[in-house]
Amino acid sequence: MVTVIERREPKPDGSHQGPVSVAKATKAKSQHGGGLYKPRTPIYPKLVHGRWRMIKWALLVVTLGIYYATPWIRWHRPEGLPQQAVLVDFTGRRFYFFFIQLWPQEVYFITGLLVMAALALFLTSALFGRLWCGYACPQTVWTDLFIAVERLWEGDRNARMRLDAAPMSFDKAWRKGGKHLTWLAIGAATGGAWIFYFHDAPTLWKQLWVGQAPLTAYISAAVLTFTTYSLAGGMREQVCTYLCPWPRIQGAMFDEHTLQVMYLHERGEPRGPHKKNESWEGRGDCIDCNQCVIVCPMGIDIRDGAQLECINCGLCVDACDEIMDKIGRPRGLIAYDTDHAVEARACGNKPRYDFIRPRTIYYAGALALVSGLMIWGLVNREPVVFDVLRDRNPTFVRLHDGSIRDGYTLKVANRTFARQTFQVTLEGLPGDVLKTPGMDATKGALTMTVEPDQVGSLRVLVTAQAQALSAPSVPVTFHLRSADIQTEKRSVFLSGAANTP
Amino acid sequence: MAGNKETDAHSGMETTGHEWDGIKELDTPLPRWWLWIFYASIAFAVVYWILMPSWPGITGYAPGILHKSDRAQVVTDLAALKAQRSAQASRLATADLATIEKDPQLQAYALAVGQSIFGDNCATCHGTGGTGAKGYPNLRDDVWLWGGSLEDIQRTITHGVRSTDPEARTSQMPAFGRDQILQPGQIDNLTEYVVSLSHRPANTAMAAAAAPVFQANCASCHGPQGLGNQQFGAPNLTDADWLYGSDRASIKDQIWNGHGGVMPNWGKRFDANTIKALTVYIHANAGGK
Repeated sequence: MVTVIERREPKPDGSHQGPVSVAKATKAKSQHGGGLYKPRTPIYPKLVHGRWRMIKWALLVVTLGIYYATPWIRWHRPEGLPQQAVLVDFTGRRFYFFFIQLWPQEVYFITGLLVMAALALFLTSALFGRLWCGYACPQTVWTDLFIAVERLWEGDRNARMRLDAAPMSFDKAWRKGGKHLTWLAIGAATGGAWIFYFHDAPTLWKQLWVGQAPLTAYISAAVLTFTTYSLAGGMREQVCTYLCPWPRIQGAMFDEHTLQVMYLHERGEPRGPHKKNESWEGRGDCIDCNQCVIVCPMGIDIRDGAQLECINCGLCVDACDEIMDKIGRPRGLIAYDTDHAVEARACGNKPRYDFIRPRTIYYAGALALVSGLMIWGLVNREPVVFDVLRDRNPTFVRLHDGSIRDGYTLKVANRTFARQTFQVTLEGLPGDVLKTPGMDATKGALTMTVEPDQVGSLRVLVTAQAQALSAPSVPVTFHLRSADIQTEKRSVFLSGAANTP
Repeated sequence: MAGNKETDAHSGMETTGHEWDGIKELDTPLPRWWLWIFYASIAFAVVYWILMPSWPGITGYAPGILHKSDRAQVVTDLAALKAQRSAQASRLATADLATIEKDPQLQAYALAVGQSIFGDNCATCHGTGGTGAKGYPNLRDDVWLWGGSLEDIQRTITHGVRSTDPEARTSQMPAFGRDQILQPGQIDNLTEYVVSLSHRPANTAMAAAAAPVFQANCASCHGPQGLGNQQFGAPNLTDADWLYGSDRASIKDQIWNGHGGVMPNWGKRFDANTIKALTVYIHANAGGK
């Protein structure tokens, strides 16, 4: 597949001035000669300081904090139910989220949540570009954390490059070993935190160390330890460029008003080294210091224009701003901007930032609709679900006196946390006789008790005199009444050719 | 493929040489880690061969050092299932039938066991819904040849009807026509009489002629009013239920040939617990008389 990128201009061979970054050199080397397989180009992102870096650190703490801490939040529920705020209880077949409890039949709420997440992603992508990729995606967050750990053990960019190039020594061994051990520990903590979402956290925590936890917990923890370690430690930017489908899809949400990290071509070119006290006349603001390239965790040069690899994390913005401050030029040579604004400035017009566009209105509207449906569904959630299953085999039974008997199974899902006692009655059949195997109805009503948070089942046999049946199929309604709940369900009473001898 | 590779001027990469309407495909190399995953898959396959049953031989197969076997797994799983059910099963064994039916938990267990046993064994003749067929009694209604109480049903299942069991429920309706006990004319009259017993329009003259014949030949089992007798499995002739058909031809055929069905004595195949569960299942589905 060919990805055609606008603004990427072929550079004249040999005419390139200034320092050549290691990243660029290795990139060139890996492209030369080709071969069937392409080795990974090592990337050594330099630590950068600035606004976007601060936001990224803050989001890293917040998102990881939410992930690791959530399973430990307790939530009071009635006796016998899990006291964990967020719990996916596979054994008990329930999903708990603070005050919400969902049954497996209500999986559409999860579907709705996923649809909402997708629409929110579409909306933010249309407005602000790859905000998700650059700041909130687990791959980005954990990679950021792993790079920070790497920096802690091996030093910043230059030290890491030297260390990698150096022959094996004691110093190299303990630094590398320490880094990998810390990575594995973080990986284990990640996998370890995951399993607490599926079992009572304090209980599982104790079981985990004495080998009594479920096998699935150990396997899940091991798999997630491995994926965290390999994806955030080894694969890093390759996950985004090779594995993730989103970079390919998101182009459909972008237009000329979408915010993206951009190198302002018109202002920066022609680029070149700049000496102090030299005039800025007749040249661009880019001094070709390569800072934007060496801080990039994706190993690209933003000055080549918008690229598939760019996750819009804004670290090059911080790097460039720092340099602009030093050389006394205005900030924002690399900045979050829109294609439209760049064009407008090039034509001498005032740039316009259009956040309300048909595209964003559609996405916001769809998001509001789905969110509204979800809230409506949750608010109007039935406390008791009543179903009537009519016997299909046999559809009816003829008794010795010619009367007809139909069998029904009533299923009552008690989603409340209290025991419910219902009176079951039938409407629509004159002279009907209601009974369960072994118990006759008193005053035409059967009693049914359903335990809290359980499904109760009651077999009901309805007998009707042949003369009372006006048609082979008579509509009937079962009523269910307790002190505070009333519900009903329609069914039919079948009798075939009951009226013939 | 041609030996000289073409290079794309824009990206500086080699092309595959394929061209579609002027568009050429770049020969983008796969990432190296993809190759590693491929090798890892091969390594996994080798480990799998060693651990799990894999290579077929002439008379058998390489069992693998884990000696995994689905067949053995089924045996283990069934044993585990039995152990899991043992608490319910032992309660079922000690409780009597009436107690089982009144205890909702125990009844639910008995109904589940009964349904599965019924489907595997009884449905062949009585139908999956238990409604029977001509010659095979309907187990869903309130009509019972040999009694519909829990104890009666249990005995019928255990010992069978006209089976080889010495305690089997046995009776034989004579083949009045085939064995020339009655004259064909008498049987025609008797047919009208039986039709009249179930409150249906019949030839009164013929029926009246057959009344003494009925008292002499049939009343000993079916009773003087034709109400039947569950001790002999003699059906009630006055109700709406007919095992061998309600029309005149069927009734005449039954008087002529005296059909009597056979039900196996399931006591030789099922343990007492299974029969208990089956009894409760049949009793409950028939409305629990």
